[in-house]
Formats: sequence, structure tokens, C-alpha cells
Amino acid sequence: MEIFKYKKPLSLMSKSKRFGMVSVALLVLSLGLIFTKGFNYGIDFAGGTLVQVQYEGKAPIDKIRDAIGSDKNYEGASVTFFGSEEEVVIRTKMSSKSLGEDIGDKMRTLLKDTGKFEVRRVDMVGAKVGSELREKGLMSMFLAILGILIYVSFRFEWRFAIASVMALIHDVTIAMGAVVLFGIEVNLDTLAALLTILGYSLNDTIIVFDRIREGIRTIKNPDLGAIIDESVTQTLSRTTLTSLTTFFVVLTLFLFGGEIIRGFSFTLLVGVVVGTYSSIFVASPILMWLGFSVSSFREKEAAKLKREKEKEKMRQMYENGTI
Amino acid sequence: MKTLNFRVILFAFALIFGIVFSIPSITQSESGKKITLGLDLQGGLHMLLGIKSDVAIESRTKSMAATVKYIFDDEEIIFDELRMVDGEKITFELLDNDDVSKAKELLKKELQGTVLTQDDLKFSLEMTAEEISRTKQNAIKQAVDTIRNRLNEFGLAEPTVAKQGEDKILVEVPGIKTQEDEQRIRELIARAAHLQLMAVDEERAARVMTMNENEAKSFGDVILPDVNTPERYLLRQIPILDGSMLTDAKVGFDENNQPVINFALNGQGAKIFGDFTGKNVGNRMAVVLDDKVYSAPNIRERIGGGHVQISGNFKLEEAHDLAIALRSGALLAPVFVMEKRSVGPSLGADSIKASSIALALGFVLVILFMFLYYGMAGVIANVALVGNLFLILAIMSLFGATLTLPGMAGIVLTVGMAVDANVIINERIRELLHAGKSVAKSIEDGYNNAFTAILDANVTTLIAAVVLYAYGTGAIKGFALTMSIGILASMLTAIVGTHGIYQWLLPKIDKKRLNFWFGIKTGEAK
Repeated sequence: MEIFKYKKPLSLMSKSKRFGMVSVALLVLSLGLIFTKGFNYGIDFAGGTLVQVQYEGKAPIDKIRDAIGSDKNYEGASVTFFGSEEEVVIRTKMSSKSLGEDIGDKMRTLLKDTGKFEVRRVDMVGAKVGSELREKGLMSMFLAILGILIYVSFRFEWRFAIASVMALIHDVTIAMGAVVLFGIEVNLDTLAALLTILGYSLNDTIIVFDRIREGIRTIKNPDLGAIIDESVTQTLSRTTLTSLTTFFVVLTLFLFGGEIIRGFSFTLLVGVVVGTYSSIFVASPILMWLGFSVSSFREKEAAKLKREKEKEKMRQMYENGTI
Repeated sequence: MKTLNFRVILFAFALIFGIVFSIPSITQSESGKKITLGLDLQGGLHMLLGIKSDVAIESRTKSMAATVKYIFDDEEIIFDELRMVDGEKITFELLDNDDVSKAKELLKKELQGTVLTQDDLKFSLEMTAEEISRTKQNAIKQAVDTIRNRLNEFGLAEPTVAKQGEDKILVEVPGIKTQEDEQRIRELIARAAHLQLMAVDEERAARVMTMNENEAKSFGDVILPDVNTPERYLLRQIPILDGSMLTDAKVGFDENNQPVINFALNGQGAKIFGDFTGKNVGNRMAVVLDDKVYSAPNIRERIGGGHVQISGNFKLEEAHDLAIALRSGALLAPVFVMEKRSVGPSLGADSIKASSIALALGFVLVILFMFLYYGMAGVIANVALVGNLFLILAIMSLFGATLTLPGMAGIVLTVGMAVDANVIINERIRELLHAGKSVAKSIEDGYNNAFTAILDANVTTLIAAVVLYAYGTGAIKGFALTMSIGILASMLTAIVGTHGIYQWLLPKIDKKRLNFWFGIKTGEAK
């Protein structure tokens, strides 16, 4: 089977302004959401307690709310269904430092008249740990980007590095926007998903850039736009196929992987789509806007080659004893 | 047929290695190294504890004060006004100028790491800065050891207790079955188990009900409550001795068949205890545990041998846990919870089920897709994918790595990403076939052309995974781990392995059947 058969290059660069506008609009929308509505931090970052309770039969959610509301300490606690109607999650800002006083035990006492249930999970994160985790999270994001920047500069050229990192920030920002839009709780696993998007989106971009790098050496036409068009078209098949397979597995994870990792799989799902889009339509135009010049790259490559040849010549002369 | 090449042999070895070493994990056999399931999958208790190290300083100071008192009494140095100030300093006054040099010498010998300052006959004694930081460090180390001992004695399978960062303790206890067990474990960990034998201030004991904390302090006393009744006791602030001199604690029964705890003191403790009881016949002595008075019997005679009993209307379970706590020693400083995650066994089982279904389904989808799209080339990629899965499991088994729920997600994701290398390679091969190259040349050049792209892409993903591993905690580390192993394993299976299979099968590849082999129309290639 063959879906994408290479015939002639798609003219993507001539439409790059249009794609740029779409991206900018999405970015503005995402940033707007992030700064106005803000993240729905889960207990990992905000601190607090989460108690997951499973009932035999449908959970009496109103009764549960009343029972918990009867204790002043837990005012403002939220009770929501979790995955199914039998299961609820209770979230409260409270946390307890004492090993003896456990909020899970307290909930069990408060809920004892609401039916037959089992407390399946109690997660408690103190405020201090929460802020530490947040700091560490931001730090890891920063370090990952820095590491990637250095590696790509070393393997390609600095403009490739900047362009790939910009595409990366584009993807992560839009994924974050989607997380805010759908009110997904931001926990450690959401952060892991964002970091995975970082790696994945880059993976895609690198494949395209690798082809452009190859194109610069082999394609006669010195026009960068034409080289990009041809390279992107040649990799289009691979980009789409890989995205499809990854999309399949992330989708099964989202649909069947269970409620606990739903935030994680949702974030990935968005990331895969945006990552694919950006590696085709966003990363390469940035390369062009950054003023990458084919001829000077070729000159540099040629100079490098010449230097190596000269060295080789010197070595031979040395070995032959002519110096 | 061409003889086997080194690539395919290497891949076969990897495959055999993967299958052999992942068998113990898949069948969950008793013997052999296998993957540990994370607490989120098998259920259990995960806690990050903080430690109040200031309390360690305070109790150290207190025991210094007890030593000062004991030395001076023993050497018949007359002193007065022995007090603890702010929990970090001891002050006292000597009454006889002739004792000064002897006292100084004794203190220097017996209490190392302290500074003594003198103002006429008034003295103050405190720890040096190094001694303070050493005491704090020691408190954490001791807490880790103590909690570990307690959990081991409780009889649980493989609890983990480790220092994390500068001043935190990580506790992981898998396999807790009931909520009651969890509560007992939490209380056992938290128990300071700080045992003190303290003298009742008989002079002022009658006034205890009307006295407040500060007034008591001014006499060098403390007020402590009874463990069961509302009664209060006025006790000398500086204890006769504490739990550090305890050698053993066991559950026993008293004459009414009530559980009690019998404990034995070491030589020094027995001597101090004997001396004190000998001098204080007729007075009361309180057995104080974690600042609660369990009993305060009258001393009828000198008690030698160093055997003491605690009674306090215990339940048998409670006495059992308390004896463990006393045996494993006191926590020098109390611990508190910074983070706690507990997962019931049924939820863990559900998570395993859900993620296994996702893994199986994702796997089948990818395999079907590859076969339909690429024909035999897809089948070759699928063989590599299966090899990759086994390799991940085998490597994790060998290292005894922990598989968490995000770790399962990592494997699912690796399945999606590992075929990427084969997609890239197959696309390159097709390109070359379309350009009219021979099958052999298309395969060789396809691999060469694809290699840099795959390498660069994998290295960058690996960078993100490594950062995630370094900065992640708990379950997230598991995700980064499986993904990193998956990427590295895929380099072997998806690149070397499939290349080897192509080379091995090359003589059989019929250039007229490119649709069967590579999924492209035959007519187009020459």
C-alpha cells in the first residue's frame, strides 16, 4: 500500500505566511488561556489531599458532599465522579503533617453512613513539597530544552537549533493551552507528558531537518524555499505514518488506559497532533526567516572539506618526509 | 542461500537474551531476577518524611544536663541552679570555688564537642556549631535506621527506607492489605518511643493542679499528663535516665494477665537506676513515654539489675508495636509527613489491567498497520518490535527496575516510536526502488541514508528522557526509565536487527514481487 507517492514538491513555503498566522493565532489563544484562566494545578503542585473512593453501586454524590461538608475543615472540598459512576474523587486543600492523623481515615469516618465503599487511594502532598516539585518541573523543562539546543547546534547549525526549539515551544505552549481549555488537572504526569511532547515533536522536526541538510548538499537549486519544499515533501509520508502509529497507541492509552493516566494521555494526544503539524508547517519557515543562507552554508562546508584535505596533504607530506 | 550475517546473529542473540531474561517477570516465577511492580501497581504506602532536627538538639542538651548532674553527684561536687535554657544551653552554678578546676576537667573529658563559658561561679555549657550539625545529621541517619528496623520487625515484605536529599526520608511499604494495617504502620513509624525515667518533685507535688508551665519551669520541673486519666504529674525536668540505655524490650503479662512491656537497661543504666532508687526510697518515680506518664510507682527499695516494667492498660497489639519501637530505639527527632501516597491493592490490579489492555491493543494496531502498509517489510519491522518489547522487559528484570503505571505508558509509547525507525528506513528503500535502483542497493543505501536522521532523532528524545529521569520523582522516573531503555533497545532491534534480516533474506527477495516485499507496485521499479 502506498498513500503518499512523491511526484512533485508541494509548494509549502509560498503558503508559509498562512500557516504562520494559524500558529500565531493558536499561540495567542493558548497564552491567553494560560494567563487568564490559568492551570488547574492538582495536588502534586498545589499541595492538598486526594481521596479516591469506590462504592458498591452508584456513588451517592450528594450524600457524600453533605457528609464531607459537615466538617468545617473540609469546606470547599470538591467531590467528582472518577471514570465511572461507582467511583468518586474527593479533593481538599487540607494536608496533615501528622502520621497518626490521616485524612483518608477521617474521610472514612465522615462517609461511614453513605453506603458500602472502599478507599482505594489517598494522595497527600504538603505545600512545601508541592512548590519544590513545581520548581523541579520548570527546571527539568529548561534543562531539556538547553540540552537539545546544544545537541542540535552541534549536529546541524545554530539556526536549525533555534528553529527546532521555537517549534518545540510552539508545540508545548499549544498543548498547555489545550490542557487549560479542557480543565485537565496539572500533576507530575502531565508534566511528564509535556516533556515527552518536547522529545517527540523534536524527533519529528529533526527528521525533516535531516532531509533539508541532505537536500542542501545534493539539490542543485540554491533557493532555500525550493529545497525545503522538496525535503518536506519527501519526508511527508514518514511524518504522517509515524504520527499515525503514535497516535494509535496514545489513543488506545487514552481510551483504555484508565482514569488515572487520562490527563497524561490527553496531553500526549494533543502533543502528537500539534507536533506533526509544526514539523511540517512551522519549523522550516522559521529556518528561512532566521536568514539561513544555502550558499554560505555550502561555502562553509566546502571550506571545512578543503581544510581537511589540506591537513591530509600536510600529513602525507610529513609522512613522505618532504617537510 | 547466503550464510547468516553478523547483524542477524546479533539480533538473534538479543532476542534470545530478551526472551530468557523476561520469562521470570512474565510468569512471575519465584526464582530469577524480575521486575518489581511499583506501589501504584501493586498497592502500598509511599511517604516522604521530614524531620524536626531542632528537637534532636534539645534532647541532646537534655541528656547532657542529665550527665552533668550524674557526674557532679558522683564526684560530690556541690552545684545548684542546673537549668536548660532555650533547649540548647545548660546553665549551673558551683558553690565551692575549689571544685571549679575539677569540674571543668570532668566536663571536658565526659562531654566532648561542647563549649563551657564561665562567669565567676556561674557556668553555661553549649554545643559547638560542628557538634550541632553533626547531631542533626546523626538524627536523620538514626531515624532512617530506626524506621527501617521497626518496619523489618513488623514483618513486612521488603520495605524501603532511604534518606532523600539533605533532610528527608523516603519510606515505601508495598503489600499492605488493609486500612488498619496501614494505620498501625504509620503509627509505628511516627512513634518517637522516647522513654524517660523521671523523678516526681515530691516537695511541690501537692500543688500540681494549680501550677502552670512557666511556674514549673522556674523550679526546674515539667508538668506531664497521665496516659489514661486526666491526672497530671510534676516531674523534675532533667530525667534520671532515658531510653538510650535500654537494651531490650519484650511484651509480658502482669499478675492480672494484662499486657505489659518489660525492658532491661545496660550496665551504666542499671547503675544509675540502682543508685537513684537507693537514694530515693519512699519517693515516686515516673515511667514516661513520649511525654506521657504511664506509671509512677513508689520506690520501696533499691532496685538493682536494671529491669523495669511499663504497664498502661495496653491492648496486646499496641504493646507489641510499642515493644518494637522501644527495641529499635527512640527517634532522636520527630518525623512528619511531607508527602503521602497510598494505593489499595484493588486499584493497583485495575491499573495493571487497564494499561495491559492499552498496551496489547496499541501493539496489535501498530503491527496490523505495518503489515498492511509495507507487506513483508512491515513484518520484518514487527519482528524487531517484538524483540524490542522483550529486550525492555529483560533489561528491566536484570536491573530489578521498578515498573510503574507511567512506566507502562512509557512502554506503550515506545511501541509507537520504535517503529518510527523502520518507517523511515522503509520509506527510504521505497524511494530508491522508485528511482530504479536494484533491491540490494536500495536496502544498503536506504539504511545509510536513514541512519543520521534516526540517530539524531533518538538522541534528542533520549536527552528529554534523561532529564526527566534526573528530575522526576517516583512513578515519573519509571516512565523516563522505560522510555530510555526502549529507545536504546530500538537502535539494536529496529536498525541492526532488521538490516540483518534483509541481508539474510536478500537472495529470496524477488524483484518482480516488490508489492509483496515492500508494498509498492511492481511495474514502477526496474
